[in-house]
Amino acid sequence: MRVDADVELDCRGMLCPLPIIRLANHLDDLAVGGSMAVVADDPAARPDVAAWCRMRGQEYLGEDVAADGVARFVVRRSH
Amino acid sequence: MTFQTDPPPWTGSVYLDTVSSESLHPMARQTLLDALEQGFADPLRLHRQGRTARLLLDNAREVVADVLGARPDEVTFTGSGTAAVHLGVLGLLMGRRRVSGRLVHSAVEHSAVLAAGTWWAGHFGGSLESVPVDGLGRISLAALRAALAGGPAGVVAVQLANQEVGTLQPVAEAAGLAEAAGVPLFVDASAAAGRTDLPAGWSAAGASAHRWGGPAGVGVLLVRKGSRWRAPFPVDDRIDPRTSGFENVPAVLASAAALQAVVAERAEVGGRQRALVDRIRAGVSALPDVDLVGDPVHRLPHVVAFSCLYVEGEALVTELDRRGFAVASGSACTASTLEPSHVLVAMGALTHGNVRVSLGRDTSEGDVDRLLAVLPDVLGDLRP
Repeated sequence: MRVDADVELDCRGMLCPLPIIRLANHLDDLAVGGSMAVVADDPAARPDVAAWCRMRGQEYLGEDVAADGVARFVVRRSH
Repeated sequence: MTFQTDPPPWTGSVYLDTVSSESLHPMARQTLLDALEQGFADPLRLHRQGRTARLLLDNAREVVADVLGARPDEVTFTGSGTAAVHLGVLGLLMGRRRVSGRLVHSAVEHSAVLAAGTWWAGHFGGSLESVPVDGLGRISLAALRAALAGGPAGVVAVQLANQEVGTLQPVAEAAGLAEAAGVPLFVDASAAAGRTDLPAGWSAAGASAHRWGGPAGVGVLLVRKGSRWRAPFPVDDRIDPRTSGFENVPAVLASAAALQAVVAERAEVGGRQRALVDRIRAGVSALPDVDLVGDPVHRLPHVVAFSCLYVEGEALVTELDRRGFAVASGSACTASTLEPSHVLVAMGALTHGNVRVSLGRDTSEGDVDRLLAVLPDVLGDLRP
């Protein structure tokens, strides 16, 4: 099922923690309530995006798959 | 052949990786030196030298049995903890092969348990069923009950304590569920043996001597009398049909001596370590963007793990080593694969920037305070 996001962050080919660093740097670009999809093929991205949301008090909306089959992890800025 | 021994190249460095391997306990060292002289012969032979070796081997068996709550004839010494775990899991699966090849295991078992189950499934058919854990790494007993109710199972595997985060598992409760379902329980006690009691209820269990200060190359396999364990290898005609090959009598005896000493010192050493880990947990929890992982109370006395946002685990290990602290990491970049730690994933913990600190018998408050003092600088240097 498609999880909608306002913007997409291309982290293909990056190893953790890089996708998480980019997520932290770019989520502030959004207004509160906006959402961002982290597109990442590092297997550590799945647990780490969710853990980052828990630690930083942001909302994890879920994951789906980009057109090329790479996983997208969607986060909503909640503060 | 020469190699440099004096001083060792790590002089001044604090060793905080005893879950990976603890330095030889003084009791083990003395016993090993004596036994190397006296225990070289084949314990199967009837001459005095052989009988002496046999006496030492039986002595070791009795000590280990007493400490771990087993009978001497339930104790087998193997060539490693991994081998003990493999033999324990595979031997129980072999005994159950006409019933079920399904291995029901906690999601945070050591990879040796999972590898044994995968190997069995690949060769003889069967499957692995992972039972989830909570955020502290503790197995869900409700999910275990459901897994056992969901069809026949060959073996249940629940560790005594987790090797990455130190959380103790409810083994006694799991044993009750396994018994009610009529399924044998394998308990991997590798990280915990000597540190905490092994509850009854196991059909087989495994442990590893170098993790309690014995020499490397000694594992302990326990097989409960009356449980259906069948050798998953060609048996030879030596002393113990649950293992094969020539016994390393001196190392086995030294392992038993270390285990006995560790248990005798446990109230004092464990109490001290427990307080030091509390001190580390308090200090680390004050750092920004750090996730303490594992149970703060129901845990091994000497282990604490935490994950730091925005840092590679490998970089943390390297930088802490440079500053004189030897720690381990469960993060993917320090492992041989890029897969994140299955333990941290199962717990929902942050998998990058992971550090595991495991204290030794001599770790002091000063060591811990110096570690806590450098951590903010290390994180400050490594974070972008």
